[in-house]
Amino acid sequence: MWNQRIFEVLMEMDLLQRFEAYVASEKKIEPKDWMPDAYRRTLVRQISQHAHSEVVGMLPEGNWISRAPSLKRKAILMAKVQDEAGHGLYLYSACETLGVRRDDTIRDLHSGKAKYSSIFNYPTLNWADIGAIGWLVDGAAIMNQVPICKCSYGPYARAMVRVCKEESFHQRQGFQIMMTMAGGTAEQKAMAQDALNRWWWPSIMMFGPPDQDSPNSAQSMAWNIKRFSNDELRQKFIDLTVPQADLIGLTVPDADLKWNAETGHYEHGPIDWDEFKRVVAGHGPCNKERLEARRKAWDDGAWVRDAARAHAEKRASRKSDSNTAAA
Amino acid sequence: MNARFEYLLRLGDDALILGQQLGFWTGHGPVLEEDIALTNIGLDQIGQARAWLTLAGKTEETGRDEDHLAFFRDQSEFRNALLCERPNGHFGDTITRQFLFDAYAVALHAGLSTSLDPEIAAIARKSAKESAYHLRHSRAWMVRLGDGTEESRRKIQASVNDLMPYVGDLFHSDDVTREAVSAGWGTDPASLRHPWESTVAEALAEAGLDRPGPGPEQTGGREGKHTEQLSFLLAEMQVLPRTYPDASW
Repeated sequence: MWNQRIFEVLMEMDLLQRFEAYVASEKKIEPKDWMPDAYRRTLVRQISQHAHSEVVGMLPEGNWISRAPSLKRKAILMAKVQDEAGHGLYLYSACETLGVRRDDTIRDLHSGKAKYSSIFNYPTLNWADIGAIGWLVDGAAIMNQVPICKCSYGPYARAMVRVCKEESFHQRQGFQIMMTMAGGTAEQKAMAQDALNRWWWPSIMMFGPPDQDSPNSAQSMAWNIKRFSNDELRQKFIDLTVPQADLIGLTVPDADLKWNAETGHYEHGPIDWDEFKRVVAGHGPCNKERLEARRKAWDDGAWVRDAARAHAEKRASRKSDSNTAAA
Repeated sequence: MNARFEYLLRLGDDALILGQQLGFWTGHGPVLEEDIALTNIGLDQIGQARAWLTLAGKTEETGRDEDHLAFFRDQSEFRNALLCERPNGHFGDTITRQFLFDAYAVALHAGLSTSLDPEIAAIARKSAKESAYHLRHSRAWMVRLGDGTEESRRKIQASVNDLMPYVGDLFHSDDVTREAVSAGWGTDPASLRHPWESTVAEALAEAGLDRPGPGPEQTGGREGKHTEQLSFLLAEMQVLPRTYPDASW
Protein backbone atom coordinates (compact mmCIF):
# COMPACT_ATOMS: atom_id res chain seq x y z
CA MET A 1 0.00 0.00 0.00
CA TRP A 2 2.63 2.49 1.13
CA ASN A 3 4.89 1.70 -1.75
CA GLN A 4 2.02 2.23 -4.14
CA ARG A 5 1.18 5.64 -2.61
CA ILE A 6 4.82 6.77 -2.65
CA PHE A 7 5.05 5.67 -6.26
CA GLU A 8 1.96 7.75 -7.15
CA VAL A 9 3.29 10.83 -5.38
CA LEU A 10 6.63 10.49 -7.17
CA MET A 11 4.88 10.05 -10.47
CA GLU A 12 2.83 13.15 -9.81
CA MET A 13 5.93 15.17 -8.93
CA ASP A 14 7.58 13.98 -12.06
CA LEU A 15 4.53 14.88 -14.15
CA LEU A 16 4.31 18.30 -12.55
CA GLN A 17 7.98 19.00 -13.24
CA ARG A 18 7.60 17.87 -16.82
CA PHE A 19 4.41 19.93 -17.18
CA GLU A 20 6.09 23.07 -15.90
CA ALA A 21 9.11 22.59 -18.12
CA TYR A 22 6.81 21.99 -21.10
CA VAL A 23 4.81 25.15 -20.42
CA ALA A 24 7.98 27.16 -19.82
CA SER A 25 9.18 26.16 -23.29
CA GLU A 26 6.09 27.95 -24.75
CA LYS A 27 4.44 24.75 -25.89
CA LYS A 28 0.64 24.36 -25.82
CA ILE A 29 -1.27 22.10 -23.48
CA GLU A 30 -4.10 20.29 -25.26
CA PRO A 31 -7.34 18.90 -23.73
CA LYS A 32 -6.16 15.30 -23.41
CA ASP A 33 -2.74 16.16 -21.96
CA TRP A 34 -2.07 15.66 -18.27
CA MET A 35 -2.41 18.89 -16.31
CA PRO A 36 -2.36 19.74 -12.59
CA ASP A 37 -5.83 20.03 -11.06
CA ALA A 38 -5.17 23.62 -10.01
CA TYR A 39 -4.26 24.54 -13.61
CA ARG A 40 -7.52 23.01 -14.83
CA ARG A 41 -9.53 24.78 -12.12
CA THR A 42 -7.90 28.13 -12.86
CA LEU A 43 -8.67 27.77 -16.54
CA VAL A 44 -12.26 26.70 -15.96
CA ARG A 45 -12.76 29.68 -13.69
CA GLN A 46 -11.15 32.14 -16.07
CA ILE A 47 -12.63 30.86 -19.33
CA SER A 48 -16.16 30.47 -17.97
CA GLN A 49 -15.95 33.92 -16.42
CA HIS A 50 -14.82 35.22 -19.78
CA ALA A 51 -17.71 33.42 -21.56
CA HIS A 52 -20.25 34.81 -19.09
CA SER A 53 -18.83 38.29 -19.61
CA GLU A 54 -19.43 38.03 -23.35
CA VAL A 55 -23.01 36.92 -22.83
CA VAL A 56 -23.93 39.36 -20.06
CA GLY A 57 -22.12 42.03 -22.06
CA MET A 58 -24.72 41.61 -24.81
CA LEU A 59 -27.33 43.17 -22.52
CA PRO A 60 -26.12 46.77 -22.08
CA GLU A 61 -25.41 47.06 -25.80
CA GLY A 62 -28.50 45.16 -26.89
CA ASN A 63 -30.38 47.80 -24.92
CA TRP A 64 -29.77 50.28 -27.77
CA ILE A 65 -30.41 48.10 -30.83
CA SER A 66 -34.05 49.20 -30.97
CA ARG A 67 -33.06 52.88 -30.73
CA ALA A 68 -29.97 53.00 -32.94
CA PRO A 69 -30.16 56.38 -34.67
CA SER A 70 -29.68 55.20 -38.28
CA LEU A 71 -30.24 51.92 -40.09
CA LYS A 72 -26.52 51.60 -40.74
CA ARG A 73 -25.76 52.00 -37.03
CA LYS A 74 -28.48 49.51 -36.20
CA ALA A 75 -26.98 46.95 -38.56
CA ILE A 76 -23.47 47.52 -37.18
CA LEU A 77 -24.64 47.20 -33.59
CA MET A 78 -26.58 44.00 -34.31
CA ALA A 79 -23.55 42.52 -36.03
CA LYS A 80 -21.35 43.51 -33.12
CA VAL A 81 -23.57 42.11 -30.38
CA GLN A 82 -23.97 38.95 -32.42
CA ASP A 83 -20.17 38.67 -32.48
CA GLU A 84 -20.19 38.81 -28.68
CA ALA A 85 -22.63 35.89 -28.60
CA GLY A 86 -20.25 34.03 -30.91
CA HIS A 87 -17.37 34.72 -28.52
CA GLY A 88 -19.51 33.31 -25.71
CA LEU A 89 -19.98 30.15 -27.75
CA TYR A 90 -16.27 29.63 -28.52
CA LEU A 91 -15.43 30.18 -24.90
CA TYR A 92 -18.09 27.83 -23.53
CA SER A 93 -16.75 25.28 -26.01
CA ALA A 94 -13.17 25.88 -24.88
CA CYS A 95 -14.40 25.38 -21.33
CA GLU A 96 -16.07 22.10 -22.26
CA THR A 97 -12.70 20.75 -23.40
CA LEU A 98 -11.74 20.89 -19.72
CA GLY A 99 -14.57 18.56 -18.78
CA VAL A 100 -17.34 20.91 -17.65
CA ARG A 101 -20.77 21.05 -19.29
CA ARG A 102 -22.09 24.33 -20.69
CA ASP A 103 -25.40 24.02 -18.83
CA ASP A 104 -23.59 23.57 -15.50
CA THR A 105 -21.40 26.58 -16.18
CA ILE A 106 -24.50 28.65 -16.98
CA ARG A 107 -26.18 27.41 -13.80
CA ASP A 108 -23.19 28.73 -11.83
CA LEU A 109 -23.67 32.14 -13.43
CA HIS A 110 -27.37 32.18 -12.55
CA SER A 111 -26.77 31.11 -8.96
CA GLY A 112 -24.23 33.90 -8.51
CA LYS A 113 -21.38 31.41 -7.93
CA ALA A 114 -19.58 32.37 -11.14
CA LYS A 115 -18.59 35.96 -11.83
CA TYR A 116 -18.51 38.02 -15.01
CA SER A 117 -16.78 41.27 -15.84
CA SER A 118 -18.10 43.97 -13.52
CA ILE A 119 -18.07 46.56 -16.27
CA PHE A 120 -21.40 45.22 -17.54
CA ASN A 121 -23.10 46.19 -14.29
CA TYR A 122 -23.07 49.80 -15.43
CA PRO A 123 -26.02 51.19 -17.40
CA THR A 124 -26.04 52.42 -21.03
CA LEU A 125 -27.84 55.76 -20.78
CA ASN A 126 -27.32 57.49 -24.11
CA TRP A 127 -26.28 56.49 -27.62
CA ALA A 128 -22.68 57.59 -27.03
CA ASP A 129 -22.43 54.81 -24.43
CA ILE A 130 -22.42 52.41 -27.37
CA GLY A 131 -19.41 54.28 -28.70
CA ALA A 132 -17.74 54.36 -25.28
CA ILE A 133 -18.22 50.62 -24.77
CA GLY A 134 -16.62 49.83 -28.11
CA TRP A 135 -13.78 52.29 -27.66
CA LEU A 136 -12.98 51.82 -23.96
CA VAL A 137 -14.45 48.52 -22.81
CA ASP A 138 -13.54 46.56 -25.93
CA GLY A 139 -10.25 48.46 -26.00
CA ALA A 140 -9.44 47.33 -22.46
CA ALA A 141 -10.62 43.82 -23.27
CA ILE A 142 -8.23 43.66 -26.24
CA MET A 143 -5.37 44.77 -24.01
CA ASN A 144 -6.24 41.94 -21.63
CA GLN A 145 -6.89 39.36 -24.31
CA VAL A 146 -4.15 39.78 -26.90
CA PRO A 147 -1.62 38.17 -24.51
CA ILE A 148 -4.03 35.25 -24.01
CA CYS A 149 -3.60 34.39 -27.71
CA LYS A 150 -0.22 33.09 -26.56
CA CYS A 151 -1.39 31.43 -23.36
CA SER A 152 -0.39 27.86 -22.63
CA TYR A 153 -3.83 26.25 -23.08
CA GLY A 154 -4.33 25.53 -26.80
CA PRO A 155 -8.15 25.80 -27.14
CA TYR A 156 -8.28 29.05 -25.16
CA ALA A 157 -5.37 30.57 -27.07
CA ARG A 158 -6.90 29.67 -30.43
CA ALA A 159 -10.38 30.96 -29.51
CA MET A 160 -8.78 34.20 -28.43
CA VAL A 161 -7.10 34.79 -31.81
CA ARG A 162 -10.48 35.13 -33.49
CA VAL A 163 -12.05 36.99 -30.56
CA CYS A 164 -9.28 39.58 -30.66
CA LYS A 165 -9.63 40.17 -34.40
CA GLU A 166 -13.33 40.90 -33.94
CA GLU A 167 -12.79 42.98 -30.82
CA SER A 168 -10.29 45.21 -32.57
CA PHE A 169 -12.91 45.86 -35.26
CA HIS A 170 -15.44 46.63 -32.50
CA GLN A 171 -13.06 49.04 -30.89
CA ARG A 172 -12.61 50.99 -34.09
CA GLN A 173 -16.37 51.22 -34.65
CA GLY A 174 -16.81 52.44 -31.06
CA PHE A 175 -14.20 55.12 -31.53
CA GLN A 176 -15.84 56.12 -34.79
CA ILE A 177 -19.19 56.64 -33.00
CA MET A 178 -17.42 58.79 -30.39
CA MET A 179 -15.58 60.76 -33.04
CA THR A 180 -18.80 61.42 -34.96
CA MET A 181 -20.60 62.55 -31.82
CA ALA A 182 -17.74 64.62 -30.47
CA GLY A 183 -17.66 66.44 -33.82
CA GLY A 184 -21.46 66.69 -34.05
CA THR A 185 -24.00 69.06 -32.52
CA ALA A 186 -23.50 70.52 -29.03
CA GLU A 187 -25.96 67.95 -27.67
CA GLN A 188 -24.09 65.08 -29.28
CA LYS A 189 -20.77 66.32 -27.93
CA ALA A 190 -22.31 66.56 -24.45
CA MET A 191 -23.54 62.96 -24.75
CA ALA A 192 -20.07 61.82 -25.80
CA GLN A 193 -18.41 63.58 -22.86
CA ASP A 194 -21.04 62.24 -20.46
CA ALA A 195 -20.40 58.71 -21.71
CA LEU A 196 -16.63 59.10 -21.32
CA ASN A 197 -17.13 60.47 -17.79
CA ARG A 198 -19.15 57.45 -16.76
CA TRP A 199 -17.12 54.71 -18.54
CA TRP A 200 -13.54 55.87 -17.96
CA TRP A 201 -12.99 54.71 -14.40
CA PRO A 202 -14.88 51.42 -14.69
CA SER A 203 -12.82 50.72 -17.84
CA ILE A 204 -9.48 51.16 -16.17
CA MET A 205 -10.72 48.99 -13.30
CA MET A 206 -11.24 46.20 -15.86
CA PHE A 207 -7.55 45.30 -15.54
CA GLY A 208 -8.25 44.11 -12.01
CA PRO A 209 -6.82 45.10 -8.64
CA PRO A 210 -3.33 46.59 -8.34
CA ASP A 211 -0.55 44.00 -8.60
CA GLN A 212 0.13 43.89 -4.87
CA ASP A 213 -3.52 42.88 -4.25
CA SER A 214 -3.90 40.33 -7.04
CA PRO A 215 -3.62 36.95 -5.32
CA ASN A 216 -3.86 34.59 -8.32
CA SER A 217 -1.50 36.43 -10.60
CA ALA A 218 1.86 34.84 -9.74
CA GLN A 219 0.75 31.26 -10.34
CA SER A 220 -1.07 32.22 -13.55
CA MET A 221 2.03 33.98 -14.82
CA ALA A 222 4.16 30.91 -14.05
CA TRP A 223 1.73 28.76 -16.03
CA ASN A 224 1.67 31.16 -18.97
CA ILE A 225 -2.06 31.75 -18.55
CA LYS A 226 -1.35 35.35 -17.75
CA ARG A 227 1.51 37.15 -19.49
CA PHE A 228 1.50 40.71 -18.13
CA SER A 229 0.54 42.13 -14.74
CA ASN A 230 -2.68 44.08 -14.15
CA ASP A 231 -0.84 47.35 -13.62
CA GLU A 232 1.32 46.91 -16.72
CA LEU A 233 -1.73 46.41 -18.90
CA ARG A 234 -3.63 49.28 -17.26
CA GLN A 235 -0.72 51.63 -17.92
CA LYS A 236 -0.51 50.54 -21.53
CA PHE A 237 -4.25 51.17 -21.99
CA ILE A 238 -4.09 54.65 -20.46
CA ASP A 239 -1.03 55.61 -22.52
CA LEU A 240 -2.82 54.57 -25.69
CA THR A 241 -6.27 55.98 -24.92
CA VAL A 242 -5.60 59.46 -23.51
CA PRO A 243 -4.19 60.81 -26.81
CA GLN A 244 -7.25 59.37 -28.61
CA ALA A 245 -9.56 61.35 -26.31
CA ASP A 246 -7.46 64.47 -26.94
CA LEU A 247 -7.68 63.92 -30.67
CA ILE A 248 -11.49 64.08 -30.68
CA GLY A 249 -11.69 66.91 -28.17
CA LEU A 250 -12.99 64.99 -25.16
CA THR A 251 -11.63 65.30 -21.63
CA VAL A 252 -10.60 62.26 -19.61
CA PRO A 253 -12.33 62.70 -16.22
CA ASP A 254 -9.18 62.55 -14.09
CA ALA A 255 -7.96 65.88 -12.66
CA ASP A 256 -4.62 64.30 -11.67
CA LEU A 257 -3.85 62.89 -15.10
CA LYS A 258 -0.49 64.14 -16.41
CA TRP A 259 2.20 63.15 -18.87
CA ASN A 260 5.54 62.22 -17.39
CA ALA A 261 8.16 62.85 -20.06
CA GLU A 262 10.84 61.05 -18.04
CA THR A 263 9.02 57.72 -17.76
CA GLY A 264 7.20 58.17 -21.06
CA HIS A 265 3.92 57.31 -19.35
CA TYR A 266 0.79 59.07 -18.12
CA GLU A 267 0.34 59.28 -14.36
CA HIS A 268 -3.23 58.86 -13.22
CA GLY A 269 -5.19 59.79 -10.09
CA PRO A 270 -6.26 57.31 -7.41
CA ILE A 271 -8.69 54.58 -8.47
CA ASP A 272 -11.73 54.08 -6.25
CA TRP A 273 -11.19 50.41 -5.42
CA ASP A 274 -14.06 50.54 -2.93
CA GLU A 275 -16.41 51.10 -5.84
CA PHE A 276 -14.80 48.18 -7.68
CA LYS A 277 -15.29 45.89 -4.67
CA ARG A 278 -18.87 47.05 -4.24
CA VAL A 279 -19.75 46.23 -7.84
CA VAL A 280 -17.94 42.88 -7.76
CA ALA A 281 -19.84 42.06 -4.57
CA GLY A 282 -23.13 42.56 -6.43
CA HIS A 283 -24.01 46.14 -5.53
CA GLY A 284 -23.37 47.92 -8.82
CA PRO A 285 -26.12 49.89 -10.56
CA CYS A 286 -27.26 46.97 -12.76
CA ASN A 287 -26.04 43.71 -11.16
CA LYS A 288 -29.56 42.71 -10.29
CA GLU A 289 -31.08 43.54 -13.69
CA ARG A 290 -28.33 41.81 -15.63
CA LEU A 291 -28.62 38.54 -13.74
CA GLU A 292 -32.39 38.68 -13.76
CA ALA A 293 -32.39 39.19 -17.53
CA ARG A 294 -30.12 36.18 -18.00
CA ARG A 295 -32.18 34.00 -15.66
CA LYS A 296 -35.41 35.07 -17.34
CA ALA A 297 -34.09 34.26 -20.81
CA TRP A 298 -32.99 30.84 -19.55
CA ASP A 299 -36.23 30.07 -17.70
CA ASP A 300 -38.49 31.36 -20.47
CA GLY A 301 -36.54 29.24 -22.95
CA ALA A 302 -36.76 26.01 -20.94
CA TRP A 303 -39.76 24.69 -22.90
CA VAL A 304 -37.94 25.41 -26.17
CA ARG A 305 -34.82 23.51 -25.12
CA ASP A 306 -36.98 20.64 -23.80
CA ALA A 307 -38.84 20.50 -27.10
CA ALA A 308 -35.62 20.46 -29.12
CA ARG A 309 -34.27 17.63 -26.97
CA ALA A 310 -37.51 15.64 -27.17
CA HIS A 311 -37.67 16.07 -30.93
CA ALA A 312 -34.05 14.96 -31.35
CA GLU A 313 -34.71 11.86 -29.25
CA LYS A 314 -37.89 11.00 -31.14
CA ARG A 315 -36.10 11.44 -34.43
CA ALA A 316 -33.22 9.22 -33.34
CA SER A 317 -35.59 6.53 -32.15
CA ARG A 318 -37.70 6.71 -35.34
CA LYS A 319 -34.49 6.36 -37.32
CA SER A 320 -33.32 3.36 -35.33
CA ASP A 321 -36.82 1.79 -35.62
CA SER A 322 -36.75 2.16 -39.37
CA ASN A 323 -33.19 0.76 -39.50
CA THR A 324 -34.32 -2.25 -37.47
CA ALA A 325 -37.32 -2.73 -39.74
CA ALA A 326 -35.11 -2.51 -42.82
CA ALA A 327 -32.73 -5.09 -41.37
CA MET B 1 -49.47 58.01 -57.20
CA ASN B 2 -45.95 56.71 -57.78
CA ALA B 3 -46.62 52.96 -57.97
CA ARG B 4 -42.97 51.98 -58.00
CA PHE B 5 -42.33 54.01 -54.86
CA GLU B 6 -45.35 52.49 -53.10
CA TYR B 7 -44.38 48.98 -54.13
CA LEU B 8 -40.80 49.40 -52.89
CA LEU B 9 -42.02 50.85 -49.58
CA ARG B 10 -44.04 47.69 -48.98
CA LEU B 11 -40.97 45.55 -49.54
CA GLY B 12 -38.78 47.78 -47.39
CA ASP B 13 -41.25 48.20 -44.54
CA ASP B 14 -41.90 44.46 -44.17
CA ALA B 15 -38.18 43.89 -43.78
CA LEU B 16 -37.65 46.89 -41.51
CA ILE B 17 -40.41 46.06 -39.06
CA LEU B 18 -39.38 42.41 -38.84
CA GLY B 19 -35.73 43.39 -38.37
CA GLN B 20 -36.66 45.84 -35.63
CA GLN B 21 -38.65 43.17 -33.81
CA LEU B 22 -36.01 40.46 -34.13
CA GLY B 23 -33.43 42.78 -32.59
CA PHE B 24 -35.23 42.50 -29.27
CA TRP B 25 -34.20 38.85 -29.01
CA THR B 26 -30.50 39.72 -28.87
CA GLY B 27 -29.35 38.62 -25.43
CA HIS B 28 -32.69 37.06 -24.53
CA GLY B 29 -32.97 33.88 -26.63
CA PRO B 30 -33.68 30.42 -25.22
CA VAL B 31 -30.15 29.25 -26.09
CA LEU B 32 -27.08 31.16 -27.23
CA GLU B 33 -27.24 29.67 -30.75
CA GLU B 34 -30.69 31.24 -31.16
CA ASP B 35 -29.51 34.65 -29.98
CA ILE B 36 -27.07 34.45 -32.85
CA ALA B 37 -29.57 33.08 -35.36
CA LEU B 38 -32.37 35.55 -34.61
CA THR B 39 -29.98 38.50 -34.54
CA ASN B 40 -28.47 37.36 -37.81
CA ILE B 41 -31.87 37.04 -39.45
CA GLY B 42 -32.81 40.45 -38.06
CA LEU B 43 -29.59 41.83 -39.51
CA ASP B 44 -30.45 40.42 -42.94
CA GLN B 45 -33.89 42.02 -42.69
CA ILE B 46 -32.37 45.40 -41.83
CA GLY B 47 -29.97 44.98 -44.77
CA GLN B 48 -32.84 44.25 -47.13
CA ALA B 49 -34.84 47.16 -45.71
CA ARG B 50 -31.93 49.50 -46.40
CA ALA B 51 -31.65 48.34 -50.00
CA TRP B 52 -35.41 48.61 -50.72
CA LEU B 53 -35.85 51.93 -48.94
CA THR B 54 -32.82 53.46 -50.63
CA LEU B 55 -34.25 52.45 -53.98
CA ALA B 56 -37.68 53.78 -52.94
CA GLY B 57 -36.09 57.11 -52.07
CA LYS B 58 -34.35 57.27 -55.45
CA THR B 59 -37.61 56.45 -57.19
CA GLU B 60 -39.50 59.15 -55.35
CA GLU B 61 -36.93 61.80 -56.33
CA THR B 62 -37.62 64.13 -53.40
CA GLY B 63 -34.32 63.47 -51.69
CA ARG B 64 -35.50 61.11 -48.95
CA ASP B 65 -32.91 58.44 -48.12
CA GLU B 66 -33.30 55.16 -46.19
CA ASP B 67 -33.06 56.89 -42.81
CA HIS B 68 -35.48 59.63 -43.71
CA LEU B 69 -37.99 57.01 -44.77
CA ALA B 70 -37.39 54.83 -41.72
CA PHE B 71 -37.33 57.50 -39.04
CA PHE B 72 -39.52 60.38 -40.23
CA ARG B 73 -42.69 58.68 -41.38
CA ASP B 74 -45.68 58.20 -39.07
CA GLN B 75 -47.44 54.89 -38.60
CA SER B 76 -50.13 55.61 -41.18
CA GLU B 77 -47.40 56.11 -43.80
CA PHE B 78 -45.93 52.66 -43.17
CA ARG B 79 -46.86 49.98 -45.69
CA ASN B 80 -45.76 46.77 -43.95
CA ALA B 81 -48.04 43.75 -43.75
CA LEU B 82 -49.86 43.45 -40.41
CA LEU B 83 -48.19 40.08 -39.84
CA CYS B 84 -44.79 41.78 -39.48
CA GLU B 85 -45.95 44.02 -36.64
CA ARG B 86 -47.49 41.27 -34.51
CA PRO B 87 -45.74 41.27 -31.13
CA ASN B 88 -42.72 39.03 -30.54
CA GLY B 89 -44.59 37.09 -27.84
CA HIS B 90 -42.74 33.95 -26.81
CA PHE B 91 -40.12 32.21 -28.95
CA GLY B 92 -42.79 30.12 -30.70
CA ASP B 93 -44.77 33.23 -31.65
CA THR B 94 -41.68 34.86 -33.15
CA ILE B 95 -40.76 31.67 -35.00
CA THR B 96 -44.27 31.25 -36.40
CA ARG B 97 -44.43 34.88 -37.55
CA GLN B 98 -41.05 34.43 -39.20
CA PHE B 99 -41.97 31.10 -40.76
CA LEU B 100 -45.21 32.45 -42.28
CA PHE B 101 -43.23 35.40 -43.63
CA ASP B 102 -40.22 33.37 -44.84
CA ALA B 103 -42.45 31.02 -46.82
CA TYR B 104 -43.79 34.12 -48.59
CA ALA B 105 -40.38 35.81 -48.93
CA VAL B 106 -38.85 32.81 -50.69
CA ALA B 107 -41.60 32.90 -53.33
CA LEU B 108 -41.47 36.69 -53.54
CA HIS B 109 -37.71 36.93 -54.00
CA ALA B 110 -37.74 34.15 -56.59
CA GLY B 111 -40.38 36.09 -58.51
CA LEU B 112 -38.59 39.42 -58.26
CA SER B 113 -35.26 37.90 -59.31
CA THR B 114 -36.55 37.94 -62.88
CA SER B 115 -37.83 41.51 -62.67
CA LEU B 116 -37.25 43.60 -65.80
CA ASP B 117 -35.86 46.28 -63.49
CA PRO B 118 -32.19 45.38 -62.97
CA GLU B 119 -32.00 47.15 -59.58
CA ILE B 120 -35.01 45.28 -58.20
CA ALA B 121 -33.74 42.01 -59.64
CA ALA B 122 -30.31 42.52 -58.06
CA ILE B 123 -31.69 43.17 -54.56
CA ALA B 124 -34.10 40.24 -54.95
CA ARG B 125 -31.34 37.83 -55.95
CA LYS B 126 -29.28 38.76 -52.92
CA SER B 127 -32.34 38.57 -50.65
CA ALA B 128 -33.36 35.20 -52.10
CA LYS B 129 -30.21 33.57 -50.74
CA GLU B 130 -30.98 34.99 -47.30
CA SER B 131 -34.66 34.11 -47.25
CA ALA B 132 -33.86 30.51 -48.20
CA TYR B 133 -31.72 30.28 -45.03
CA HIS B 134 -34.35 32.04 -42.95
CA LEU B 135 -36.98 29.56 -44.06
CA ARG B 136 -34.71 26.64 -43.31
CA HIS B 137 -34.25 27.98 -39.78
CA SER B 138 -37.87 28.86 -39.01
CA ARG B 139 -39.24 25.71 -40.64
CA ALA B 140 -36.87 23.50 -38.63
CA TRP B 141 -38.13 25.12 -35.43
CA MET B 142 -41.78 24.69 -36.45
CA VAL B 143 -41.07 20.97 -36.77
CA ARG B 144 -39.07 20.78 -33.54
CA LEU B 145 -41.69 22.61 -31.53
CA GLY B 146 -44.61 20.78 -33.13
CA ASP B 147 -43.02 17.37 -32.65
CA GLY B 148 -41.22 18.12 -29.36
CA THR B 149 -43.21 17.99 -26.13
CA GLU B 150 -46.91 18.25 -25.35
CA GLU B 151 -46.33 21.78 -24.06
CA SER B 152 -44.40 22.91 -27.13
CA ARG B 153 -47.02 21.45 -29.45
CA ARG B 154 -49.81 23.25 -27.61
CA LYS B 155 -47.91 26.54 -27.67
CA ILE B 156 -46.88 26.46 -31.31
CA GLN B 157 -50.36 25.40 -32.42
CA ALA B 158 -51.77 28.41 -30.58
CA SER B 159 -49.18 30.64 -32.30
CA VAL B 160 -50.24 29.31 -35.70
CA ASN B 161 -53.92 29.83 -34.89
CA ASP B 162 -53.26 33.37 -33.64
CA LEU B 163 -51.08 34.51 -36.54
CA MET B 164 -52.77 32.88 -39.52
CA PRO B 165 -55.51 35.56 -39.75
CA TYR B 166 -52.79 38.19 -40.36
CA VAL B 167 -51.24 36.78 -43.54
CA GLY B 168 -53.78 38.39 -45.91
CA ASP B 169 -51.73 41.55 -46.57
CA LEU B 170 -48.92 39.49 -48.04
CA PHE B 171 -51.15 38.45 -50.96
CA HIS B 172 -53.04 41.69 -51.39
CA SER B 173 -53.37 42.92 -54.99
CA ASP B 174 -54.39 46.45 -55.92
CA ASP B 175 -53.58 49.19 -58.45
CA VAL B 176 -49.97 49.32 -57.24
CA THR B 177 -49.30 45.64 -57.77
CA ARG B 178 -51.25 45.60 -61.04
CA GLU B 179 -48.99 48.32 -62.40
CA ALA B 180 -45.94 46.46 -61.09
CA VAL B 181 -47.03 43.36 -63.00
CA SER B 182 -48.05 45.11 -66.21
CA ALA B 183 -44.78 47.09 -66.33
CA GLY B 184 -42.83 43.92 -65.68
CA TRP B 185 -40.82 44.96 -62.62
CA GLY B 186 -42.95 43.43 -59.84
CA THR B 187 -44.80 40.24 -59.01
CA ASP B 188 -48.48 39.72 -58.42
CA PRO B 189 -48.86 39.02 -54.68
CA ALA B 190 -51.93 36.87 -55.30
CA SER B 191 -49.79 34.52 -57.39
CA LEU B 192 -47.55 33.87 -54.39
CA ARG B 193 -50.39 32.41 -52.35
CA HIS B 194 -50.28 28.99 -53.94
CA PRO B 195 -46.55 28.29 -53.41
CA TRP B 196 -46.86 29.77 -49.92
CA GLU B 197 -49.77 27.46 -49.11
CA SER B 198 -47.86 24.39 -50.17
CA THR B 199 -44.71 25.34 -48.19
CA VAL B 200 -46.83 25.99 -45.11
CA ALA B 201 -49.03 22.91 -45.46
CA GLU B 202 -46.04 20.64 -45.91
CA ALA B 203 -44.21 22.01 -42.86
CA LEU B 204 -47.29 21.93 -40.64
CA ALA B 205 -47.94 18.33 -41.66
CA GLU B 206 -44.36 17.36 -40.82
CA ALA B 207 -44.67 19.19 -37.49
CA GLY B 208 -47.94 17.40 -36.72
CA LEU B 209 -49.78 20.71 -36.53
CA ASP B 210 -53.22 21.59 -37.82
CA ARG B 211 -53.72 24.18 -40.54
CA PRO B 212 -56.51 26.38 -39.19
CA GLY B 213 -59.37 26.51 -41.68
CA PRO B 214 -59.89 29.63 -43.77
CA GLY B 215 -61.48 32.38 -41.69
CA PRO B 216 -61.87 36.13 -41.63
CA GLU B 217 -58.55 37.91 -42.23
CA GLN B 218 -57.13 41.05 -40.68
CA THR B 219 -55.71 43.28 -43.42
CA GLY B 220 -54.93 46.92 -44.09
CA GLY B 221 -51.15 47.28 -43.71
CA ARG B 222 -50.61 48.02 -47.39
CA GLU B 223 -52.94 51.02 -47.08
CA GLY B 224 -51.41 52.24 -43.83
CA LYS B 225 -54.14 50.87 -41.55
CA HIS B 226 -52.20 49.25 -38.74
CA THR B 227 -52.64 47.58 -35.37
CA GLU B 228 -52.04 49.36 -32.06
CA GLN B 229 -48.59 47.82 -31.73
CA LEU B 230 -46.94 49.69 -34.63
CA SER B 231 -47.04 53.16 -33.10
CA PHE B 232 -45.16 51.98 -29.98
CA LEU B 233 -42.63 50.16 -32.10
CA LEU B 234 -41.99 53.27 -34.20
CA ALA B 235 -41.86 55.60 -31.19
CA GLU B 236 -38.97 53.59 -29.80
CA MET B 237 -37.22 53.11 -33.13
CA GLN B 238 -37.48 56.77 -34.17
CA VAL B 239 -36.71 58.45 -30.85
CA LEU B 240 -33.17 59.71 -31.54
CA PRO B 241 -33.53 61.07 -35.09
CA ARG B 242 -36.82 62.74 -34.12
CA THR B 243 -35.42 64.27 -30.92
CA TYR B 244 -32.26 65.55 -32.64
CA PRO B 245 -33.32 66.15 -36.25
CA ASP B 246 -30.19 68.20 -37.01
CA ALA B 247 -27.74 65.58 -35.86
CA SER B 248 -25.99 63.08 -38.06
CA TRP B 249 -24.82 59.87 -36.45
